[in-house]
Amino acid sequence: MSKQHITCTINGDATEFLVEPGITLLDALRDELGLTGAKEGCGSGDCGACSVMMDGRLICSCLALGVEAEGRRIETIEGMAVNGELHPLQQKFLEHAALQCGFCTPGLLVAAKALLETNPSPTETETRYWLAGNLCRCTGYDKIIRAVMDAAAELRQERSAA
Amino acid sequence: MPTLEYMAPTSPEEAAALLANDGARPLSGGTDLLVQMRSGRKVGRLVDIKRIPGAIGIRREGGAFVIGAATPCAALGEDAALVAAWPGVVEGANLIGSTQIQGRATIAGNLCNASPAADSVPALIAADAVCIVVGPGGRREVAAADMGTGPGRNSLRSGEFVLEIRLPERPARASDAYLRAIPRTEMDIAVVGCGVSLALDANGTVTAARVSLGAVAPTALLVADAGAALIGSKLEEAALAKLDQAARAAAKPIADKRGTVEYRTAMAGVLARRVALIAYARAGGKA
Amino acid sequence: MNVTVTPPKLAVVGTRPIRPDGVDKVTGRANYGADYKVAGMLHGKILRSPHAHARIVSIDTKRAEALKGVKAVITGKDFPLLGDMELPMGEAAMNVGHISENCIARDKALYQGHAIAAVAATTVAIAEEALELIDVVYEVLPHVLDVEAAMAPDAPLLHEKMLTKGVTPPAEKPSNVAMFMRLARGDAAKAIDASDVIVEGRYDTAAVHQGYIEPHACVCTYGADGQVVVWSSSQGQFMVRSLTSVIAGIDQADIKAIPAEIGGGFGGKTLVYLEPLATILSKKSGRAVKMVMSRDEVFRASGPTSSSVMTVRAGATKDGKFTGFELDLRFAAGAYPGSPVFAALMAGLAHYELTDFAIDAYDVVTNTPKVAAYRAPGAPISTFAVESAIDDLAIKLGMDPIALRVKNGVKDGSLATYGVTFSDIGFHETLESIRNHEHYSAPLGPNQGRGVAAGYWFNAGGESSANIAINEDGTATVVSGCPDIGGSRASMAIMAAEVLGLPIEKVRCTVADTTAIAYSGLTGGSRVTVSTGAAVVKAANDIVEQLKGRAAITWDVPVDQVEWSNGAAICLSGDQKGEKLSLADLAYRFGRTGGPVANQASVNLHGIGPGFAVHLCDVEVDPETGGVTVLRYTAAQDVGRAIHASYVEGQMQGGAAQGIGWALNEEYIFDTDGKMENPGFLDYRMPVASDLPMIDTIMIEVPCRNTPFGAKGVGEVPIVPPLAAVANAVRAAIGKRPHSLPLSPPRLHALMANGH
Repeated sequence: MSKQHITCTINGDATEFLVEPGITLLDALRDELGLTGAKEGCGSGDCGACSVMMDGRLICSCLALGVEAEGRRIETIEGMAVNGELHPLQQKFLEHAALQCGFCTPGLLVAAKALLETNPSPTETETRYWLAGNLCRCTGYDKIIRAVMDAAAELRQERSAA
Repeated sequence: MPTLEYMAPTSPEEAAALLANDGARPLSGGTDLLVQMRSGRKVGRLVDIKRIPGAIGIRREGGAFVIGAATPCAALGEDAALVAAWPGVVEGANLIGSTQIQGRATIAGNLCNASPAADSVPALIAADAVCIVVGPGGRREVAAADMGTGPGRNSLRSGEFVLEIRLPERPARASDAYLRAIPRTEMDIAVVGCGVSLALDANGTVTAARVSLGAVAPTALLVADAGAALIGSKLEEAALAKLDQAARAAAKPIADKRGTVEYRTAMAGVLARRVALIAYARAGGKA
Repeated sequence: MNVTVTPPKLAVVGTRPIRPDGVDKVTGRANYGADYKVAGMLHGKILRSPHAHARIVSIDTKRAEALKGVKAVITGKDFPLLGDMELPMGEAAMNVGHISENCIARDKALYQGHAIAAVAATTVAIAEEALELIDVVYEVLPHVLDVEAAMAPDAPLLHEKMLTKGVTPPAEKPSNVAMFMRLARGDAAKAIDASDVIVEGRYDTAAVHQGYIEPHACVCTYGADGQVVVWSSSQGQFMVRSLTSVIAGIDQADIKAIPAEIGGGFGGKTLVYLEPLATILSKKSGRAVKMVMSRDEVFRASGPTSSSVMTVRAGATKDGKFTGFELDLRFAAGAYPGSPVFAALMAGLAHYELTDFAIDAYDVVTNTPKVAAYRAPGAPISTFAVESAIDDLAIKLGMDPIALRVKNGVKDGSLATYGVTFSDIGFHETLESIRNHEHYSAPLGPNQGRGVAAGYWFNAGGESSANIAINEDGTATVVSGCPDIGGSRASMAIMAAEVLGLPIEKVRCTVADTTAIAYSGLTGGSRVTVSTGAAVVKAANDIVEQLKGRAAITWDVPVDQVEWSNGAAICLSGDQKGEKLSLADLAYRFGRTGGPVANQASVNLHGIGPGFAVHLCDVEVDPETGGVTVLRYTAAQDVGRAIHASYVEGQMQGGAAQGIGWALNEEYIFDTDGKMENPGFLDYRMPVASDLPMIDTIMIEVPCRNTPFGAKGVGEVPIVPPLAAVANAVRAAIGKRPHSLPLSPPRLHALMANGH
């Protein structure tokens, strides 16, 4: 067993951890760093519950290695609320009841945030296709899509007001 | 217990030397390799090629596009010139998995992983893409159509890896398209995939056509008869019917958890028609 | 668009406040089964049978035990033999002997994936390596994978002494049919034969999984003092405690079961797989043990629901009155008896008035994973056959499908097929709401079809407990004992707030472990809002009485001169007439007026209201590929009273989505060796966001007189109609009746081309 020393940025904070090469980024976040917001639903990149951002790209952390985080910028669900203030997406998810068991919610929020940073005015179809990699078994997606599009509208308003 | 090694070389030659080891695999997006390792594939050394200069990125060489082997599929869709010249290649790449997968997966990995159903491969074959391969013996070129040799097997030799993929210069009035038949709307492996690349003359007559089918044989196929069926036509019904027939005849699928032989054979014809019409319209033709 | 048909407004009930546990869930702070960690904990992994059916000749664990880092290895020998022991578990008794053997095999492996042995080691990698060092000698036996093979004469037997229960004369020859049941009234065959129109059909469905995104996970600690702590995500911490106790052979009093947040269950987490194993591994190793299933294991070794073969024959008069129904239901139970075929038998025709019917049901064991409950267990399956037949009747009669159902649907006073007399039901209102909805008459285009189907589910009442305490600042804390699987804490807060007259922000809700709350049954059977709600309301009502008493003491008036309204006591007479004391005012004085104010209530709720749902679905079928697009979906349901309207809608939408997946693409695919070929989300195809449209909901409120605010269970019935609604829509689109689910494109393509 030989762990490698990794230095990276997680949610804006300089972070170091030790991890063996075969360990996924997901397990490194959860087990070495206690960031258990990202979940393992499948381990094969089919459910999106482990979604994080790496260097500005939405990825499945179960399909990246912890050692690949070296020098990179990682963003997880834990960094989404800033200074205790919920991101509009988080707030809209609550208002729209866009979660039931909540297990898919962190991954969905990270994915939705990536969508709105790429496309601030997504249509319903664009939203559904972007989020196709995030499985939800509880909600049937209806309220999730409404929450994302409502948050998009709010963010567009904030931007034009600013 | 054997330890997994992880290395991130910063030159192609260094990578080739590290890959010459039995049990060494190149790592780009990892979206196939990590899944396989989890299912029991034994790997002794991971050679991460993402830190090699030029491995990530799209550049022009005259009219050709050169795509670094570690470029994530999502980046292809962000390159407006590439999308304009090769919409079929880009749409094939952007159908692999999910948005998350596309943030990491690469067309080079998709091609070398050689699943018969790989989504980027039929369009790459139709495009006549070429892989620049680096190995202990130096560099060589491998056509996309020659990379896959069987399910999960490719023609790379020990120590070799793909450094970049080149798409040839496009004449005017040329375009391509890719479609796949899947049970849901997303997230499925292609039950059948089809890529078509066409070039037209000023009258809208097809002067060149390459048709490639995926998931109907041990490797993705370049179907010469199907391409020939379109040449000299304006995609009239007679030409489409010949195309359909040639696609079905070339299909030698298996029955598995995703489709029956009959279904795959039928879809080869259905998709070939639909894809050809899209590519034709994109190239400026009016069917 | 969501439409609600509502009786008079209440202050909090029926509103849509933000759920109290919501912020934890949107920030990643909520802790699920696998999020828990104990210092020094080991990791447990399970060795599973590669054979669908085999005698276990010997297991040698010496090599595994010798591997550095391995701290314990267990097999079936480490667990007591329970035989045919049953435990009452709310809706139905559970055969704990079978659950125990399913957790870890004894003398036979009964399905590919059956747990044979387990290991605890310092790392996951070492535990996995140790599994490969366990030497098992199997005698491979022939296997059966579906009901027809299992029922064939000379089929290999899973349980070699099992005689079919429920047959007369009693069975003498062992078979794979665990039980037979017949529910009949009148003379169905004669009634059907004499009908103006007759329809019949054979239907089959594949096994499907509940598909919760969170795999099973637990952390168990067996202390040196014999005290056990089980942290797991489950649909009932009391169930976890009692099953772990019995299976592991530990006194129930020595086990504390803590409910983690649960990432979906749908019935699949109403029993245990890992907790007894992790507990005994912890006992043997002296350290905490964490066990988490991989997705592959969830599919191969945790209960899906049954595959089925069904036949239906039905008749009607030319005016559309049903004359009779014959139904034959054969469900695969997996490795141990207990398919939901008997619930399917009772629910399948319960929503129609019938004088002549005969339903035969067979519970059949097969060499596939033991089935577990899946949301209205059995009903979606039998309803698929029944509602497809009714669709055929409507076509033959040239009658509007809603009108046909209105003509035969049960109402207050109707006698159900399974014996109860209905009261306070809203099936007709639900049917009418669909008929009157704009969706019902919206135009359709080419290759498009519309299907409607209705469904029934009993719901459950049962045992629940809740504590309420008023805090020093006049806020309230509500503690209950049922895991919150879909937002029930919000509903508990709403109900407490309504009775106490507090704004909802002043009510905090938690779900407690087994040491901190009295017995509560499972989160299942659509029972938590009504049963735990009833306990909450009972406790809150008692607290209101206590508060009135404290106000009376403060004002020095008789207690009948105190009224409680809008969260305050009002003095009705004497010098202080008209004065108010709010909850906060009273709480401030609790110490001086008699001490803390709190109450615990336990209920065993009966007379709850069943669920009725009517769904409407539009599809478009690609005639060349057989691909189905769900264009539009409207779900109507009698919900009694929506406590939290958004979460009621959520249950309707979620159940519909699961039913759509079941109809279109979900299925267990086995190879000839009995190995599941698609144990992952890639090839086990659940609906993704782009597969579904918005799901519109109509909540009909016909209150039940025996439940808090008239609420009815809402979670299960929404999965009952969609299989038939989708199939009927496809039939309308392509002109051919689908008999076999799922309607995946290759199958639909073949149906369109060949008729089958």
